[in-house]
Amino acid sequence: MTGARAAEAAGGARVLLEARGLSAVFGGLRALDAVDLQVFEGEIAALIGPNGAGKTTLFNCLTGLCLPSAGDLHLLPAGGQRQRLGGLSPNRITALGVARTFQNIRLFPQMTALENVMVGRHVRTRAGVLGALLRGPKARAEERGIAAAALDLLAKVGLCTVANEPAASLPYGLQRRLEIARALATGPLLLLLDEPAAGMNPRETAELDELIRRLRDEDGVTILLIEHDMRLVMGLAERIVVLDYGRLIAVGTPLQVRADPAVIRAYLGEPQ
Amino acid sequence: MSDDFVRSPPPGENRNPGSGRLFAEAWNSCLTAALFALLLFPLVAVRVDAIERTIAWRWGNLGWIAAAVFAISLAWRLRRRENVNRSTPSQPSPLDGEENGFREQGSALRYTGSPALEGRGWGAGGDATKPPLSPRSPRAAWLSTAIGLCAERPTVRHGAIVIGVAFALIMPLISSTYQVNVLTSALIAVILGLGLNIIVGLAGMLNLGYAAFTAVGAYAYALLNLHFHLGFWAALPAAGLVAAGFGLALGFPVLRLRGDYLAIVTLGFGEIVRLVLENWSALTNGPSGIANVPRPGLFGMELGLRGATIYLYFISFALAAGAATAVARLKNSRIGRAWVALREDETAAETMGIDRTRTKLAALALGAFFAGVAGVLFAARTTFVNPASFTFLESAMVLATVVLGGPGSVGGVVAAALVLVLLPEYLRPFAQYRMLVFGAALVLMMVLRARRALANHPGRPAQ
Repeated sequence: MTGARAAEAAGGARVLLEARGLSAVFGGLRALDAVDLQVFEGEIAALIGPNGAGKTTLFNCLTGLCLPSAGDLHLLPAGGQRQRLGGLSPNRITALGVARTFQNIRLFPQMTALENVMVGRHVRTRAGVLGALLRGPKARAEERGIAAAALDLLAKVGLCTVANEPAASLPYGLQRRLEIARALATGPLLLLLDEPAAGMNPRETAELDELIRRLRDEDGVTILLIEHDMRLVMGLAERIVVLDYGRLIAVGTPLQVRADPAVIRAYLGEPQ
Repeated sequence: MSDDFVRSPPPGENRNPGSGRLFAEAWNSCLTAALFALLLFPLVAVRVDAIERTIAWRWGNLGWIAAAVFAISLAWRLRRRENVNRSTPSQPSPLDGEENGFREQGSALRYTGSPALEGRGWGAGGDATKPPLSPRSPRAAWLSTAIGLCAERPTVRHGAIVIGVAFALIMPLISSTYQVNVLTSALIAVILGLGLNIIVGLAGMLNLGYAAFTAVGAYAYALLNLHFHLGFWAALPAAGLVAAGFGLALGFPVLRLRGDYLAIVTLGFGEIVRLVLENWSALTNGPSGIANVPRPGLFGMELGLRGATIYLYFISFALAAGAATAVARLKNSRIGRAWVALREDETAAETMGIDRTRTKLAALALGAFFAGVAGVLFAARTTFVNPASFTFLESAMVLATVVLGGPGSVGGVVAAALVLVLLPEYLRPFAQYRMLVFGAALVLMMVLRARRALANHPGRPAQ
């Protein structure tokens, strides 16, 4: 299954996200240096690289939190038209179908788990101030829909029992899952996970592995994740992209990347 | 000698905990009482008679205060000690965790609070993930009962609302015109508090110039009436909309600002509005203000002073009730969640697809609309507007309402607004000590509220 998917990805699968010559410069620092990146529809891809390689900056550029200094960024939804992402505000990009989680968990701490996920539905719903004040049948139906969808998502990530607990009171592993549920609530085509396994024990990591596979297989969400846990990455990802000092140094299957001299050099340094 | 120093236990602490501690607490209470006596000495003990040119020393007053402070302080300390003793062995860690979480709200909550909570959740899968119920110490329970804040159970809350409404409806018919006027101003404060609650409590934009919107509303009514003979009912929505427009005008430049920066800009905005009103004499009649603003009419009927006062009271009551309903509904809606999300983490909220500009402007416009409506009521109540009614102090009082009531909480803000307006009124028997007592009451309420917030998660019913 995995092999077939990987082959399909390497072969003729449709490109969902495309970055060409993407650069991000902060003062004298080139956080991203002309990165060319493609993410194929329906794949699980991983973005790895040593600390400071520019992985999170790339995510920030993809989600509009950071403005690329140069380069093109396009999303190509199936059956839709090619969308330019560069220069759009984060909420517009989310509306187009790119959702993310954060390396340092950024939940809404005082809201409950359920409310956190309900916020995620914001972009797919419409009720405004008047709807909230008048509570017409349409607004109420929408509100029920939001709650139902949020509960479904909580069930999917296994958080039903803590739906009414404040997010801040949840244990770390559950907060990470909650962040994934919240991102899923925006109805993404492409889900960007920034170190989803950070701080997790092996058991939780295994559960996360299984969850991510389910998201792809059952919901058809394309996934690009940043991760330092190499066991997780090598087992999960069908394609790996390696960044070092803002440059893309290797792309390929886990086997290819593991054997790539440039990657080994980036992680272990130059041989004497 | 050092050996001796190390070996000697704190006097009485170990061998005889009861009496030793009692003595220590009594000594501390004595110090507290002495401090209070010292601080209050110039206010309470000295009376200068400027005509007779004598100074009267009233040591008795000081003695009473010292004795009262000593008694309260000792009771407080013993109570606390008792509770610490009782709760320490049983469940110390979750409480610690919660306290940490609250003390370091912004940043540290993200690192997920206490190790104790984590310990429970680790590895146990789905079933053990229920975090410990908030450990309501006997002290917390006692406090919440004592200050009547147990209205967290729905039945109790509904009962309180029914009683409150009934009381509010009967009150003006049985009390003096003066009392009705005071109650009307309390209701205006409720509307103001609820409006600012949208901006500060829900959307998290600290606003120190809120009185400016009230001023805009009040002047809009006065001027529309003066020049176009617009009546109360026509001016009410118009003034609200004008104020909302000012809210938007303030909003555009400050959207990117947060926290202290936003506070300073809004402070400046409030002062600018007041200064313009004061100096643009051609339009606003300057510091002398605009007089003869009409009270609302009832289908063209002429009401007497008392009738008009009561009528305005009922209008204010209806609008305050409407405002409370509106804020409660907004809070539990898509837009309300978006406001809270922006307050909690702006970046994360944006990546969840929330349009920061529109959402924040909506909060500012709505909050300003409430203030504009309250301004019209204010102008109709006093039948006179001048810039001196809209100083920073007014903004600060409204902000105090929101902080005291608990940001985001509707019932809390309503209660706080009533307390903040009515308390100074009913403290009049204290004569020159009125504001002293009022200040002390404020401090006490904040202390109690802070402790309560530690015991329960804010805005969530206790479990």
